Amino acid sequence: MVDKKAKTPALVRLFRDQTFRRGVIAILAFVVLWEIGSQFKSWFGVMVPFIGKIAPPTAVAVSWVEVGQWPGYWQSWYLSTGRVFLGFTVAMIIGIPFGLAMAVNKYFRGMFFPPFEILRPIPPLAWVPASIIFWPTTELSIMFVTFLGAFYTIVINVLGGARSIDIQYLRAAQSMGATQWDLFRKIILPGTLPSIFIGAAVGMGITWEVVLAGEMISGGGQQGGGGLGFFIWSSYMGGVMDQVVVGMISIGLAGYISSSLIRYIGHLSMPWRRMF
Amino acid sequence: MTDASDNMMEVKNVTKTFGDEWEQETVVENLSFSVKRNQLTAIVGPSGCGKSTVVNLLAGFERPDEGQILLNGKPVTGPSKSALVVFQETALMPWLTTYQNVTFGPKLRGDMAPDALKAAADKIIDTVGLREFRDKYPLQLSGGMQRRAELARALINQPLVMIMDEPFRGLDAMTRQLMQEFYLRLCEQESRTNVFVTSELEEAIILADSLIILSNRPTSVREFMQVDLQRPRNLEMLSSPEAYEYKRHAMEILHEEALKSFKGGAGNSDFLEAYSRQG
Ligand SMILES: Nc1ncnc2c1ncn2[C@@H]1O[C@H](COP(=O)(O)OP(=O)(O)OP(=O)(O)O)[C@@H](O)[C@H]1O
Ligand SMILES: [Mg+2]
Repeated sequence: MVDKKAKTPALVRLFRDQTFRRGVIAILAFVVLWEIGSQFKSWFGVMVPFIGKIAPPTAVAVSWVEVGQWPGYWQSWYLSTGRVFLGFTVAMIIGIPFGLAMAVNKYFRGMFFPPFEILRPIPPLAWVPASIIFWPTTELSIMFVTFLGAFYTIVINVLGGARSIDIQYLRAAQSMGATQWDLFRKIILPGTLPSIFIGAAVGMGITWEVVLAGEMISGGGQQGGGGLGFFIWSSYMGGVMDQVVVGMISIGLAGYISSSLIRYIGHLSMPWRRMF
Repeated sequence: MTDASDNMMEVKNVTKTFGDEWEQETVVENLSFSVKRNQLTAIVGPSGCGKSTVVNLLAGFERPDEGQILLNGKPVTGPSKSALVVFQETALMPWLTTYQNVTFGPKLRGDMAPDALKAAADKIIDTVGLREFRDKYPLQLSGGMQRRAELARALINQPLVMIMDEPFRGLDAMTRQLMQEFYLRLCEQESRTNVFVTSELEEAIILADSLIILSNRPTSVREFMQVDLQRPRNLEMLSSPEAYEYKRHAMEILHEEALKSFKGGAGNSDFLEAYSRQG
């Protein structure tokens, strides 16, 4: 059975997969409905509420082909992805140790948890004005806001994950001679890994939301700006609705690709969760 | 005969209280007993009486408020590999395979040469019958296999005392019987010092050299019994007249204790039910 699996090409295997086929059918059905909805404006005499006002998928596809030839469109992808990647990476680099430190040390937790909890409910976008003033360039302020979007989620997940590790694991390790450092490395770290990946996947989603909004607000001046958010905004200002939809779908795709990537890395680094 | 060097562990007037100044709960009160070298000492007691607390004290996870616990003549000051616990709920690390779990302790301490460790681990995994599951993760093992893997993980550390806290709880009746037989053979093949905590009286009697019955909370030793069934034993011996006599005597005491907790409204009626059903 294993041999057979290895011989069939990956693509063929993908199309034989029930879940994958269902997903493809669902997306196709959605696109078809959308097309019908926006082409006919009304179904059996009833006005279609929103779809009627949106460009049909065929028009969007035509526009996409056109937009795909502009370097500016790809530049937008590049800029947004770069911001997301940087903000997210910094959030991981600071957030994971910060969350772990709060989890394992009660003094550290006592000191940093209250301010953290007060700052956490502030939506990242509420930081935009302050960060534009605070950071020297627009680029930095967008990145800072992006960072905040992922940071809180990552910290909360890491903290929660590390605190909910079963004490039996720690005790078992201790009675086999584990030092504090061993406990941290061999129990707390792997035990928190699932929560780290959950935090990362959720944080990644928030990062895309935030970066787009940040780009829309900051505009496309000489110093920074641009990106997919700005692409949507300027298309809207220019009244090109097809392009607005192209921008929206681009973001959807970008978000989907980045979360899939995180899930895939999680899948690779946690073999014990891949059952059978 | 009761020379102190016969005793691997000695528990002397131990008291343990949980909670703060306002709401204190004494779980263990003036508990004293000893664990004989190379014997299996079974501890039974009503559910919720504090058995796991006693285990935590023996293993050094909790410190007694009063009294003293000696292991091999030296006071227990904290967890160590000398007194290893097999926990009530499985405590195999889910992120490690059977083999990695088994080698966890020695690897951590670095006290075995890699070749020797590999040989020892494979041998122990064989002994518990998990050769085919050597590279599987705990979630891929059945409940009984998990228990055996955990036994293997404890055994490889060669502890002075192995402390088992209701290790077969939650297994179905058939698996439980198989595990009891397996454990019986394991104990009879090599001499080890074992403390076996359970709420199943029959399990305790068939495994034990000596049997300690704990009282209701706050718990202390209610009765000490020497179980002189011949070895090697098997589960059929439970229906012998001697075993029946041990069982009847112990049941009487346990029933009394359970009744107390029932009247005290401590909410441990599941135990009472279990034993009145067996009648
Ligand atoms: N760390 C703790 N803090 C406060 N109370 C505790 C603690 N550990 C145990 N207790 C209390 O001690 C009592 C006995 O618990 P324990 O788990 O030792 O009983 P048990 O006999 O092992 O029960 P079971 O049959 O369910 O395994 C319980 O009432 C519990 O609330
Ligand atoms: Mg218990």
